[in-house]
Amino acid sequence: MTSPLLEFQNLRMAIGDRPILREVTLSVAAGEAVGLVGESGSGKSMTVKSVVRLLPSAASVSGAVLFEGTDVNALGPKELRRLRSRDVAMVFQDPRATVNPVHTIGHFLTEVLRDQGMSRSEALRKVGGLLADVGVDRVERRLRQRPHELSGGLLQRVVIAAALATEPKLILADEPTTALDVTTQEEVVAILDEQRHRRGTALLFISHDLELAAAVCDRIAVMYAGEIVEILPAARLHEDARHPYTRALLRSRPGTVAPGERLETVPGTPQSAADAPAGCVFADRCPQAEKDCRTTRPVLLPLGTGLAACHLLERNA
Amino acid sequence: MRSVLWFVGRKLAGMLATILVASVVIFGALYLAPGDPASLLAGGRQVSPETMAAIRAQYHLDEPFWAQYWHWLAGLLTGDPGTSMVLKEPVTTLIMSRLPTTLLLVAYAGTLILIVGVVLGVLAGIGGRIADTALTLGTTVLMAAPAFVAAILLIWLFATKLSWFPVYGSGEGFGDRIYHLTLPALALSGGYLAYVSRITRTEVRAELAADHVAAARARGLPGWSVLRRHVLRNAAPPILAVSGVTVAGLFAGTAVAEQAFGVSGLGSLLVQSAARQDLVVVQVLSLLLVAAFVVVNMLVDLVNAILDPRLVKEKS
Amino acid sequence: MTVLALAFPKKLARIPWVPAIAGAVCAIAVLVAVLAPWLAPHDPNAVDPLNAYAAFSPEHPLGTDDLGRDLLSRLIMGSRTSLAGPLIVVLAAGVAGTALAISAAWFGGWFDAAVSRVLDILFAFPGLVLAITVAAIFGAGFVAPVVALSVGYLPMIARVMRAAALRERSLPYIEALRVQGFSGWHICRRHLLPNLAPLLVVQAAIGFGYAMIDLASISFLGLGLQPPAADWGLMIANGQPSILAGFPQQSLEAAIAVVITVVAFTVVAERLAERFGGGVR
Repeated sequence: MTSPLLEFQNLRMAIGDRPILREVTLSVAAGEAVGLVGESGSGKSMTVKSVVRLLPSAASVSGAVLFEGTDVNALGPKELRRLRSRDVAMVFQDPRATVNPVHTIGHFLTEVLRDQGMSRSEALRKVGGLLADVGVDRVERRLRQRPHELSGGLLQRVVIAAALATEPKLILADEPTTALDVTTQEEVVAILDEQRHRRGTALLFISHDLELAAAVCDRIAVMYAGEIVEILPAARLHEDARHPYTRALLRSRPGTVAPGERLETVPGTPQSAADAPAGCVFADRCPQAEKDCRTTRPVLLPLGTGLAACHLLERNA
Repeated sequence: MRSVLWFVGRKLAGMLATILVASVVIFGALYLAPGDPASLLAGGRQVSPETMAAIRAQYHLDEPFWAQYWHWLAGLLTGDPGTSMVLKEPVTTLIMSRLPTTLLLVAYAGTLILIVGVVLGVLAGIGGRIADTALTLGTTVLMAAPAFVAAILLIWLFATKLSWFPVYGSGEGFGDRIYHLTLPALALSGGYLAYVSRITRTEVRAELAADHVAAARARGLPGWSVLRRHVLRNAAPPILAVSGVTVAGLFAGTAVAEQAFGVSGLGSLLVQSAARQDLVVVQVLSLLLVAAFVVVNMLVDLVNAILDPRLVKEKS
Repeated sequence: MTVLALAFPKKLARIPWVPAIAGAVCAIAVLVAVLAPWLAPHDPNAVDPLNAYAAFSPEHPLGTDDLGRDLLSRLIMGSRTSLAGPLIVVLAAGVAGTALAISAAWFGGWFDAAVSRVLDILFAFPGLVLAITVAAIFGAGFVAPVVALSVGYLPMIARVMRAAALRERSLPYIEALRVQGFSGWHICRRHLLPNLAPLLVVQAAIGFGYAMIDLASISFLGLGLQPPAADWGLMIANGQPSILAGFPQQSLEAAIAVVITVVAFTVVAERLAERFGGGVR
């Protein structure tokens, strides 16, 4: 196997003495789509932001984030800019908040290209084509409009087009549909999926929705309280999920029980890396937790088609 | 496009209505005062019956109020606002000879406020703790001193300790005027400058923390581009709004600054005319100052609407 | 509208001991003004030309002015008009502004629209220009600028109070009172007004600092109280020629008195605003 495009190696992060990420090890191969799934506060956003070093100034990081074999934390300002502007593109959660409201759509789309020395007309031609690709109509008009004149779904398509504009090798998508109407969510995800496939771009897709992630990704990594607890092929999600947390998440989805029956929930409340127990992060909420679950931390071990970090599974294997 | 025209139209109409009402109030104030308007217009002193008759004729005092008002307004609009009864000089002459000095003073103070205030605010906004604390301390001192206190301190400092700048008079010629207007401009701008730099700092901080700035950074734009096109560009409308209001307020503030430093401008003319009860001059000048205030405010609104097109949409 | 911002003590007001000191300064200032005739060591108008520009001494702790008048006594006596002026302004503007605001919010419709429009127009008159104009018509003195500033400060207070009254009026308890058959007058006086009172106090306290600066400016310009009255703004102006002669104490002492009082009142206002809501802007 060739070296992966992106690799998190024992990534840990803390803000002050408050841990955010406990240990994240994960890789994304060129052209692969990986879904990072977890509840809010599990550290998925921070994991993704660490790829482009978009972290709070108080954050301290150990471990490595390797992009094409180079640790991004060791990059100089110039190389970091190169990484951000050419190799990696990011699609944020809320396009309303992340697209500067005072500039035109055309300005937003061409800004990075222009900075890279492309002429205005060429840049406009290029992003015009991209807008058409992501299903935006009346392109000429859109380029002259401002963000507040577009709907949320349309604006997120613009953001996707902007992400594609620099022909990156990897797209980081941080819950790209959470801020949108339910009806437009599927369209936006479908466009992202289609364009990525067409260009062979790798994707790191963050979501709190297992099924959604499974639909667009090759592999799923489930995250809880700053740690990855299970990694498995998306296609085998329902069959092969073994970790108690993943299974609990799957059971709590509508459609898993007959109509009229009560939906299961994951007992307890979501925890962050700071208040999870010292051993297995899920021990407090795990229905089968045993004594050593709280004290000894399980490691990710190959198990069937994937990897899981759980003492119970280790023993049964 | 229609909404833009509608926006500009409404702003213009509002401005004209305000000035019109102000003119009625200012003219009508004459009738609130005790005594004969004619003798008030004569500056409250004893004049010959012929002069009284002349005043009555000039102001059409024998006609109804609205007719008087109309004659006065028409005179203003045609550039003939009357003659000062005290100085025996046409108001136009009085104003025109002093207008350049006052405009220069306002422009000088306004430039100080905009350039120094905004630059300091931006530096404190993007700089570290030390820059920020320094600005907070400096502006607190400046804000605590109203214009007349600042004037007194400057006069004390530059009349007795340092002699870098003149503390009295308006000067001759452009360079000398600028030289003479330095201390008045400083006294006039101090508090406003501090205020504008505070607002600038807060706005820059808010934009720096905004998601779209993080997104722009994530796109690998150079730091200077992010600062200019995303932070400063977005912070501009509120900073401009505040600066505009302060610059509009400068016109009223010229009264204190000009009077304290013996500058011969519109502000000191207003004060001296008020002291002489030269109502003919006071009415024209106060309307002029109100108009300047309103016009500057409207210009700021319009520029802001250009900078932030959402404003047009929201308000219409 | 006075644009000079007094927003600076916001941070100061958060340091625990600062509001306490500011409150003490305010209390002392008020006490001094009330007890002035008994506190002043000398007759503030007693001229002693042989003793002009006297340095600080036990006899004259703050020195004397160009006519040999005791500056401490003049500052103490001057506190009366210097504090009474802004007090009258905020009281008059507060009462009238609140009455206007509550009626506008209560009756709504065209009355509210008209009131708002008038307030907008009044806003275009800088308080200082208004005061100068009125002084020109009625003559310089204490009364004319105070009346003018009362009108000038009305829109500032009325705007804030109107917004608050509208909010309060839309609350369900008002509806409930109406259903019970209480008259509008009763509801406004017994329920709306008491609920708006804290905000009014905050607005008045904030306005006090502005009004003090504006009135001192008027006095400084020679359109307020006339010599030989002892008034801080007037003292600053009268001391100005002496500065050039190298005796700045009269102007500087009066200026310091104005600045300290304004800062103290504004700090207290900010503290009140923090407790009751409704600060500057």
